[in-house]
Amino acid sequence: MKFDLTEERQMLQDSLRRFLGDRYTTARRNEIIDSETGMSAEIWSQLAELGVIGAMFTEDQGGFGGAGFDIAVVFEELGRAGVVEPFLDSALIGGRLLAEAGQGEKVEKVMEGALHLALAHGEPGSRYDLNHVETTARDGVLTGRKAVVMNAETADLMIVSARVSGDVADQDGIALYLVDKGTDGLTIQGYPLLAGGRAAEVTLDHVRGTELFGADKGYQALADVTALATVAQCAEALGAMETATALTKDYLMTRRQFGRPIGTFQALAFRMSDLLIEMEQARSAVINAAGYFDTDQRDLYVSGTKNLMGRAGRLVAEEAIQLHGGIAMTQEYELAHIAKRIVMADHRFGDTDYHLERFIDLSAA
Amino acid sequence: MDLSYTTEELAFRDEVRTFLQEDLPNDLSEKVRLGQDLAKSDMERWHAILNNRGWLAPNWPKEFGGAEWNAVQRHIFEEEAAMANAPRIVPFGLSMLAPVLQKFGSKGQQDYWLPRILSGEDWWCQGYSEPGAGSDLASLKMKAVRNGDHYVCNGQKTWTTLGQHANMIFCLVRTDPDAKQQEGISFLLIDMNTPGVEVRPIILLDGTHEVNEVWFNDVKVPVDNLVGEENKGWTYAKYLLTHERTNIAGVGFSQAELASVKRIAKAANHNGKPLIQNPAFAARLAQIEIDLRAMATTNLRIISKAAAGGAPGVEASMLKVKGTEIRQEINDLARRAVGPYAMPFASEAIEGTNDMIPDPYEAGPVAADYFNNRKLSIFGGSNEIQKGIIAKVTMGGGR
Ligand SMILES: Cc1cc2nc3c(=O)[nH]c(=O)nc-3n(C[C@H](O)[C@H](O)[C@H](O)COP(=O)(O)OP(=O)(O)OC[C@H]3O[C@@H](n4cnc5c(N)ncnc54)[C@H](O)[C@@H]3O)c2cc1C
Repeated sequence: MKFDLTEERQMLQDSLRRFLGDRYTTARRNEIIDSETGMSAEIWSQLAELGVIGAMFTEDQGGFGGAGFDIAVVFEELGRAGVVEPFLDSALIGGRLLAEAGQGEKVEKVMEGALHLALAHGEPGSRYDLNHVETTARDGVLTGRKAVVMNAETADLMIVSARVSGDVADQDGIALYLVDKGTDGLTIQGYPLLAGGRAAEVTLDHVRGTELFGADKGYQALADVTALATVAQCAEALGAMETATALTKDYLMTRRQFGRPIGTFQALAFRMSDLLIEMEQARSAVINAAGYFDTDQRDLYVSGTKNLMGRAGRLVAEEAIQLHGGIAMTQEYELAHIAKRIVMADHRFGDTDYHLERFIDLSAA
Repeated sequence: MDLSYTTEELAFRDEVRTFLQEDLPNDLSEKVRLGQDLAKSDMERWHAILNNRGWLAPNWPKEFGGAEWNAVQRHIFEEEAAMANAPRIVPFGLSMLAPVLQKFGSKGQQDYWLPRILSGEDWWCQGYSEPGAGSDLASLKMKAVRNGDHYVCNGQKTWTTLGQHANMIFCLVRTDPDAKQQEGISFLLIDMNTPGVEVRPIILLDGTHEVNEVWFNDVKVPVDNLVGEENKGWTYAKYLLTHERTNIAGVGFSQAELASVKRIAKAANHNGKPLIQNPAFAARLAQIEIDLRAMATTNLRIISKAAAGGAPGVEASMLKVKGTEIRQEINDLARRAVGPYAMPFASEAIEGTNDMIPDPYEAGPVAADYFNNRKLSIFGGSNEIQKGIIAKVTMGGGR
């Protein structure tokens, strides 16, 4: 067993941490969040140049990483800095689906940072159920509504799931299509997100798409990419939690009330200790999810990790705010954004309870 | 012991219900139901409606124009009002300053300021906290120096809730820099239109403009605006804090928010079934409902005791802690219930998006509320400070 990062991953981590530490300040990020697109094209291409996107793909796919630990390293750093640019949705989810479907040319453009993607899968009635698809496809013509589609407005290409056959909740019969931006019948109603970035409600009224995965392969492709995205999301939350605990520790040592640093009150010191203990658990959970990714225990570890991160994340976010007092409630203070990133991670790819239930099923099987 | 309402109490509840049905404007209750931000004029309108009925100041004695309701009546009103999505009453003048004036103010101050609170002529805000004086309030630094018939004030207050709407602020200021911390503090009423007062917004993490910084630069305040005696302000402030804490349990709000979570959980899908049938979620929901039902009774027990003359001391601290924990837990359930629809952000800063949150449950900005309500355990004496009080009172100050 070895717990050190490989040299390449270590270098990527170092350069990312340095770059984001210098450039991605709270003030800069708040500007980006308030901007029309909710993302910075400049940051996007600079990070692409640093290899952030290339690390998400295997050598076969034209990248230089693609394994669980590559994903975890990248997203932990993005999370630490509270990056709002949609690397997870556009590059990882969109890019890996294209790679899986053998669309090498497009993947190359994704790695250059020149092609933006969105996955339009969830629907108003699906909540976290991956198999729930009401949108229909008849001879490549799609009709339906997609909910909270990340990055929909910026995407050049959208990957849309639709039901070709079967009932609303059947795993079989879901196909995936490529839909060009601006195709007739496609309506995008965009809005900002609480933790930064943008999403949209997408309505499809007889929209023509090109098949990417057939009805017998769509669900599996979605399940695979969602598992990978969940690992990324957990790593991102871990990075954000690192920042939250570091800020809290510093604040406890510097904020003075009653003539002494508040961290000297045992009531607060013990709670800080609890956070540090949970952080070790969180780190190990993410290592588990990344390390078991290419085994037959993948889903068990993904669900277990997402559940643990949901619990630990909530604890860290809430306690970090509480231990700070009022200052943490202000938009100008770094922790405010970081806490939102942590809690909102629970709302993607299934929440704490969803993955608890899934873990129970998988571990009983 | 009898937990059921008496005939008179039931009649009172019906009276309250009828009033809310008839007099609470639909557009206001819709805004509250959808979690939209209320404009200053919305709050003023609701205050005026209540004042018209003589119900704006339930806790004031009749001699000052209050309703002088007992604990049970107040509880009934709070519960009914919350369930009907009535706007919350802005407490600064009505339930914070007024009790202090009624107990420690001069006859002249009572006659002048109290009617203006009821009529809405004055909008008060609370100037206690400073950047360096939060939990350790007695370390406050804002100075007031006596100069003939006025004080000259310099310093900064912060976290001033709705200070952007206020024309008056009651402040704790330091009048004797040489005395021991608690002994050099006075209670001053300051007109915010006086030259030298500046209000700067603080935007909270959910995008709302709810609090402010208030700066004082050589602000002249008439000596008549001193409440009680100079350097006795700490006593008055502590008196005010016990009032601030009595309705902080927020039972009515918790009940309304819990009902909303249940409604969402019945509509939301989880694994092909309603979310409310999911064992993990259902267990969380049931436990908080059990806790809330017990807390409602704790609340009634404690306020009845206070009404009978017992001071709400350590029990008020207990209620504050439990009440806020329960409310925050319900907020957590609400954001869980809506699933991915917790993520969209309807900010008042972004014009017109308020009614654009596309969620199918009409849940309102539940995730924003979840974050905003983290304040509940921070302000009004943080929950840690309350626990310190409980321990000190019950164990005689031993650490
Ligand atoms: C939304 C909001 C609205 C507010 N509105 C107003 C208002 O209208 N007027 C007004 O005057 N103030 C207002 N406040 C201020 C509020 O009263 C303070 O935030 C509160 O007193 C805590 O002070 P602080 O934020 O400086 O935190 P600190 O006092 O610095 O506390 C930081 C942390 O240390 C803990 N702590 C401090 N001392 C101890 C101790 N001895 N033992 C154990 N733990 C301790 C606290 O509990 C907290 O967890 C508001 C605050 C907020 C967030």
